[in-house]
Amino acid sequence: MLQYIVRRILIAIPVLFGVTVLNFFIINLAPGNPVDMMVNPSATPEQLAMQKHELGLDQPVWAQYWHWLTQLFQGNLGFSYSTREPVTQILVAHIGPTLLLMGVSLIVGYLIAIPLGIICARKQNSWIDYLVTGFSFFGISVPHFFLGLGVIYVFASKLLLFPTGSMNTLGGDGGLIDTISHLVLPVAVLATGIAGNMVRYVRSSMLDVLGKDYLRTAKAKGLSQFIVTNKHALRNSLIPIITVIGIDIPMLIGGAIVTEQVFQWPGLGLLTIQSITSRDYSTLMAINLLAAVTVLFANLLTDILYAVADPRIRYD
Amino acid sequence: MGELLKVDRMKTEFQTEKGPVTSVDEVSFDLKEGETICLVGESGCGKSVTSLSIMHLLDRNGSITHGSVLFEGKDLAHASEAAMRKIRGNDISMIFQEPMTSLNPVLTIGDQLTEGIRLHMKYSKSEARKYAIEMLKKVGIPRAEGIVDEYPHKLSGGMRQRVMIAMALSCRPKLLIADEPTTALDVTIQAQILKLMKELREESNTAIILITHDLGVVAEMADKVAVMYAGQVVEETDVYTLFDNPKHPYTLGLMKSIPHITNPDDMRLDSIPGSVPSVFNMPKGCRFYDRCPFAMERCQNEKPELKSIEDKQPHSIRCFLYEKEEQDYEQKHAEKEVSS
Repeated sequence: MLQYIVRRILIAIPVLFGVTVLNFFIINLAPGNPVDMMVNPSATPEQLAMQKHELGLDQPVWAQYWHWLTQLFQGNLGFSYSTREPVTQILVAHIGPTLLLMGVSLIVGYLIAIPLGIICARKQNSWIDYLVTGFSFFGISVPHFFLGLGVIYVFASKLLLFPTGSMNTLGGDGGLIDTISHLVLPVAVLATGIAGNMVRYVRSSMLDVLGKDYLRTAKAKGLSQFIVTNKHALRNSLIPIITVIGIDIPMLIGGAIVTEQVFQWPGLGLLTIQSITSRDYSTLMAINLLAAVTVLFANLLTDILYAVADPRIRYD
Repeated sequence: MGELLKVDRMKTEFQTEKGPVTSVDEVSFDLKEGETICLVGESGCGKSVTSLSIMHLLDRNGSITHGSVLFEGKDLAHASEAAMRKIRGNDISMIFQEPMTSLNPVLTIGDQLTEGIRLHMKYSKSEARKYAIEMLKKVGIPRAEGIVDEYPHKLSGGMRQRVMIAMALSCRPKLLIADEPTTALDVTIQAQILKLMKELREESNTAIILITHDLGVVAEMADKVAVMYAGQVVEETDVYTLFDNPKHPYTLGLMKSIPHITNPDDMRLDSIPGSVPSVFNMPKGCRFYDRCPFAMERCQNEKPELKSIEDKQPHSIRCFLYEKEEQDYEQKHAEKEVSS
């Protein structure tokens, strides 16, 4: 197992390297460049050229990449072209809100989806099954920006129950209650999508397992239906659930771009949009790198969890 | 030996989209403590449904609709789920046909064994574990201390069936229902498992309902036999009488289809022509009518009842051919009752 993990981590290195190459060149292919966004529109071409030279943007792309890469190995992600702050500092400032938002959304989504999925499978083709399946279809299909604007209209601007956006009240002293009230709407939007997706996997995976012989054995032992379903059956339907969790984890970093934008949540999603519009290459590269690391980590974690959930899976 | 189980004209129906379907109809047999009864019959004749009905382990849409199942005087046919939970695994336990799929693949053997032990015998975790190891040794599993922490996929089919037997017998049930326990195993393992069941039966005086379609297994294990056809018991008697003096045309057909070691090499085995009638289209009269070599006209329209005849042991048959014997028996017993 340990050997397997080490091997997977070693394979991750060339993958990450490839990701940086692709990222760097694709970003550089995009029209426009940081200088256009930085300087005063009345600047002369000479001033622009000087600015470009200063930032090293007049060098060939591969040289720029090499420079970026060597700095990366020294732990330096560069400076933001737009705010002139170190990128590391910007990332650290934005990662907390995103982890909070997405972490809470994933937990809420799963806490809703897993029990509902189990109930649907146990009562297949009942009204509750149809109702939940219908809602899950809704959760998957409705775009986040639409649902986000919808809940802002109803709950924030009409009913005045929750703030329309941001993470803390401006000028307020923050505090837990304040943050929670700001979390409710974006979490509701994100959790709807997450739960809608998960509930289908839990349902179908439980349906698969519920007809198995070993559940009859468990029942024949005199165990209650609750234990039969939630211990014997659920443990056997974990593999698809873990797969979905593995796909969801990278969303912790980059999944909420649209929702963060709608709710002006000061997280990585908002930062991504801002970096794109301001052609802030160095920040964008850093976000992409972080996302790539998260995906690779989530894949590894998924594979390890498979082996934990199902003893028949062993990696040696 | 007291009466343990009395199944009387049990009928099991499944609610389907096409309306109710009767899978088992008029199954009657009884069983004393420590006795073994074999339910014999071809696939689809309702052997398994009978046993699952007794245990209330049918799917949601199946249930006993008529008749009674008296277990130690209590009628299980109308028992609540809570009452059944106390009986399952404790007073009545069950082993199944497919050892490869009957154990939960993600729980250790020990987990699965101790669950029932802790539930019914109220043992602590460590006591239950010790007892589980003891049970594994009893059913002949080598290295029981190691196996208890293994997962089922590390064991062969025969070993898994031993684990199932250990699990079923751990709470010292009064009745063990074994649904084709050896069908999925190869012949040498079959013999081992049957031998093990016999030994454990003698040791614990457990009554057994053994479901099989293998008359060899019947001869090996049974005290009594109930032959089933299309959801009914068609003949019931003790094992010696059945093999010496089979009466019902279906039983006769089964007997003739057993290969014999003295048969010449090129002899074709007898078979019963035709197939079992569909549950959606049960004949009005005798259900064996289509395939019976002795069918009479009345068999098509009249339904024969399971009735006793005079023999060395109690022997009952569902066939008009023996109407005369049945009437004699009734008369004799009626006279006996009058005189006593």
